Amino acid sequence: MRSDRTTSAPLGLKIAAALGLLFLHLPILLIFLYAFTTEEKSYQFPPPGYTLQWLSVAWNRPDVWQALGLSVRVASIATAIALVLGTLCAAAVSQTRFFGRETISLLVILPIALPGIITGIALRSAFSVAEIPFSFWTIILGHATFCVVVVYNNAVARFRRVSGSLIEASMDLGADGFQTFRHVILPNIGTALLAGGMLAFALSFDEVIVTTFTAGQQQTLPIWMLEELVRPRQRPVTNVVAMFVVLVTLLPILAAYYLTREGDQVAGGGK
Amino acid sequence: MSAITDNSILEGRSGTFGRLSDFFWRNPKILLFLMLAPPLLWLGIVYLGALFALLLQSFFSIDEYSGLINYEFTLDTYRQLLIPSNFDIILRTVVMAALVTLASALIAFPIAYYAARYARGKWKALFYLGVMLPLWSSYLVKIYAWKLILAKEGILTWIFAKLHLSWLLDGWLSLPIVGGNSLSISYTGTFIVFVYVWMPFMILPIQAALERVPGNLIEASADLGGHPAQTFRYVLFPLALPGIIAGSIFTFSLTLGDYIIPQIIGSSRLFIGQAVYAQQGTAGNIPLAAAFTVVPIVIMGLYLWMAKKQGAFDAL
Repeated sequence: MRSDRTTSAPLGLKIAAALGLLFLHLPILLIFLYAFTTEEKSYQFPPPGYTLQWLSVAWNRPDVWQALGLSVRVASIATAIALVLGTLCAAAVSQTRFFGRETISLLVILPIALPGIITGIALRSAFSVAEIPFSFWTIILGHATFCVVVVYNNAVARFRRVSGSLIEASMDLGADGFQTFRHVILPNIGTALLAGGMLAFALSFDEVIVTTFTAGQQQTLPIWMLEELVRPRQRPVTNVVAMFVVLVTLLPILAAYYLTREGDQVAGGGK
Repeated sequence: MSAITDNSILEGRSGTFGRLSDFFWRNPKILLFLMLAPPLLWLGIVYLGALFALLLQSFFSIDEYSGLINYEFTLDTYRQLLIPSNFDIILRTVVMAALVTLASALIAFPIAYYAARYARGKWKALFYLGVMLPLWSSYLVKIYAWKLILAKEGILTWIFAKLHLSWLLDGWLSLPIVGGNSLSISYTGTFIVFVYVWMPFMILPIQAALERVPGNLIEASADLGGHPAQTFRYVLFPLALPGIIAGSIFTFSLTLGDYIIPQIIGSSRLFIGQAVYAQQGTAGNIPLAAAFTVVPIVIMGLYLWMAKKQGAFDAL
């Protein structure tokens, strides 16, 4: 038997894996092609011609800018809330053992484990029971709830690697709890929090299912896109916005990846 | 210097923060409580509170004449779920979720296996990003891309025509259940888009499970005369199963609750999510909508319970 078997995969496996990855990526690439088509009324392929005019048309649309602005504001505040709640929860769960610890992990994961429509309609009926009118803040209430889990997951994974002896050493050397947090814990978990925050931002920026139930009359960018998908009015503008959204969500994901990639080299991790 | 000899215990810290810090050190339970209170209050009130309010509504009924909600305990609304038109919706959704889960596992497995066993260094990172990028890119944009692809005048029809296979596509579309006027308004289209959107969630858990399979186990199976198919059947698959189940939690649950994909790409026949949306919106029948949402909750509860018995949570 050849000893280098493990270094190369069977051809069938290679082809299957490659086809699978192509299946995942080709559709998104197609968006870029359609953003420049001259065809307005249908999704004709191949596009009859190419033009840059839709970029400027989309740029001059106030409704797109309004939706974008709302999305960015909602995502920022929801992320901030999720960062605080997620970190607190992760710190408590990973640094101590107490009764009901498992239940808390489950509670945090529940908002994304259950289908989004359940979260959405539950919030909506709660708002109507409590007679809370739909507003900017009802959207944030929904988004923050399911963003907590992303921050929590990232923070818990990192807390596990931060060695407990590091914290004890800091205490032994005379630092109080706040100093230890500021100078020892925070630098170690900082990149994980940043990554979690970026993913939470991406999640909120893209969320549509819960938002349809909590938004009332306001339009976030995904709601704007959903309207266009259900009742296409101006396909070329939608194409351009879709391309823009792909590019914008790409950045936080790549950044989050590079931030957590070197997570194994946390100080004291070798202990 | 006498403080050290007299007092082996240091004096308390001064200042508000110092005293607070000492207090927390002596009373870790209070610190724990303070740390847990905000997230638990938020999730408890906003999320669980809303969920219970919803479940409660499912035990009310709606007055058929006035359209007002009758606040009396009844199981009538649940009985309505069993009438044929509603039961069909549930059945359709569950069958679709099961098929989507199967197809996702089939497509995800080779990618996960290659990434876990053969990809090294730069390739490993590339595979990881290759899965993460589609997983995290915009849900609506992904659906939109498929609307472009599946449209009658779109790229898929064009490819079939170029390959002189239009008869195959037409033949498929003329089939009774899976067919339709064009791919974008058929079950086939809905199925493809579901698989595309949820399949990435299947890859990572399978990969995590396969990473733990030692390479020499596969070699041992081969050395003992196992054919690759046998090795897969008796060694690889059982060890990957917890990962597949973990992934299927996502694909199954997400398909059960989705109402946007079948609305944009699919026939006019409803799925559970659409039924919920229609009942709470235009129909104004919140109790029935609530009862409909209980269906995926119960199904997922059973599913999670079974998954836990199979040890799937360790693969997450």
